[in-house]
Amino acid sequence: MTRAPSQRLAYNAPTLLDTLAAWLLALLWVLPLIYTVWTAFHAPEYAARFTWNAPLTLANFARAWEAAPFARYFLNTTLLVVMILAAQLVLSTLAAYAFARYEFRGRDLAFSLVLVQLTVMPDLLLVENYRTMASLGLIDSLFAIGLPYFASALAIFLLRQTFLGIPKELDEAARMEGASALQTLWRVYVPLARPIYVAFGLVSVSYHWNNFLWPLIVTNSVHARPLTVGLQVFSSVDQGIDWSIITAATLMTSAPLLIAFLLFQRQFVQSFMRAGIK
Amino acid sequence: MRGSPSAHRPSHPAGQAWLLLMPALLVLMAFTHWPVIGTLWHSFQSTPKGGRPAVWVGLENYQVMVDDPVFWKALANNLWFAGATIPLSIGLALAMALWVNERIAGRTFLRMAYFTPTVLPMIAVANIWLFFYTPQYGLLEQVSSALGFGSHNWLGSPSTALGAVTLVAVWKEAGFFMIFYLAALQSLNPSLREAAAIEGASRWYFFRRVQWPLLMPTTLFVLINCVINAFRMVDHLFVLTRGGPDNASTLLLYHLYEVGFNFWDTGYASALTMVIIVVLVGATLLQFFVLDRRVHYR
Repeated sequence: MTRAPSQRLAYNAPTLLDTLAAWLLALLWVLPLIYTVWTAFHAPEYAARFTWNAPLTLANFARAWEAAPFARYFLNTTLLVVMILAAQLVLSTLAAYAFARYEFRGRDLAFSLVLVQLTVMPDLLLVENYRTMASLGLIDSLFAIGLPYFASALAIFLLRQTFLGIPKELDEAARMEGASALQTLWRVYVPLARPIYVAFGLVSVSYHWNNFLWPLIVTNSVHARPLTVGLQVFSSVDQGIDWSIITAATLMTSAPLLIAFLLFQRQFVQSFMRAGIK
Repeated sequence: MRGSPSAHRPSHPAGQAWLLLMPALLVLMAFTHWPVIGTLWHSFQSTPKGGRPAVWVGLENYQVMVDDPVFWKALANNLWFAGATIPLSIGLALAMALWVNERIAGRTFLRMAYFTPTVLPMIAVANIWLFFYTPQYGLLEQVSSALGFGSHNWLGSPSTALGAVTLVAVWKEAGFFMIFYLAALQSLNPSLREAAAIEGASRWYFFRRVQWPLLMPTTLFVLINCVINAFRMVDHLFVLTRGGPDNASTLLLYHLYEVGFNFWDTGYASALTMVIIVVLVGATLLQFFVLDRRVHYR
């Protein structure tokens, strides 16, 4: 810290070449999205013709909205994401508390059984999980899409780490006051772990908003289809190659997360950092 | 717990702990552990057809796999896909992180631009790129014809389909791994940089001798995730190529999906699942026992 700030800055500063390369890469990275936005907001004849004063239109969105039950898909995805997140938060909080604050025989074994899920995700166990859902009679329901994800090893892991960092004295004081385990958990631990809840919430919502393969397999009707599956059905079967309408549908599907990301960019990035650092 | 195990702790009984664990453990057992055991079991069983129930067939499904040219194609493709996405994603992620960690012009925009693909659903991403790759019409075609090159069907020809699919994966993934590098760079001690500046070290020297070694734990973490993703990432195939043309771009998980859910050959699909599980568990164990030891020198 003894150097003059200007000198440090000079050392830090990326060269002009760096700046150019970084910008070129960034433009390449956003180009597909810009191209999509252009096509979605212009009449089909401008889909591949770039004229600066081409008139903007929302007609593609209106046509896409009418051509498929997107309202239903949005509702399904929203319900799905909320259901999964709520279940994950409750189940993981209870489990993380047990791992962090109880001593019992088999704890380490139980914890390693939880960690298995970090590697072997339900996404891969399609055949067996489909079999289970079929025997439970749950095929083609939102519940069937969500159920395998109700217990999240990542959430249990992150919350356990956080709970371990909370001074035991707080716990003991609450117990002394006559609070039960659940009351202590709810009044002491949950409020102190709020940043982790937010971080995990964002990661979970974006994962399940975007998830595709398992919902594709376990649903076969409009009633249970989430947006991703709806979009795939829409763009592969119904629409041939009407790009304007497909890009509009594509943007619509990604819009909620995309807008949330643009608004809360910092929080998003930080939450991914938090959830990812193990 | 402080003190001896015999200390009086009436508020933390083991039974309560198991009650708290039970809901999560039940779900994990039902949808992770049990299915793994079930997959192994069913991989030794025939697929029930019509009135014929499944019977024990030993290694027959694995024999089918050995004789299945599509399996070998999918495996080769997947290794190629992993071999291309891993260095490209990690290299780009590192470059991105190094750039946006500095006071570069437009840093906020750059971070956003790199990270945005991560937020989009893969299915939506695939739609966008399909539009990009379309012959005659897509942007790629327009650029190449403007430069005087001939028309090329990127997704339709066996020689380029896998490459085109790989590029989409890298585009989607690099910004995600950038985040981990960025977090690691920001946790490095700033005095290292000052020391290097005082010594007159070049930026390249500083990177090679200071930053890169200190980033090694992050690189290993990212590497393992990259390997796992390479065998899990499949959504874009449903939109872009459906594994075609002539299986030129099929990957293991896509082959598994087709066998299990288009042909309903659950016995063989279970055997294929076992292969993917073995690869992923292998990658994780590698991290645990070989690479993890080096993570602690930080």
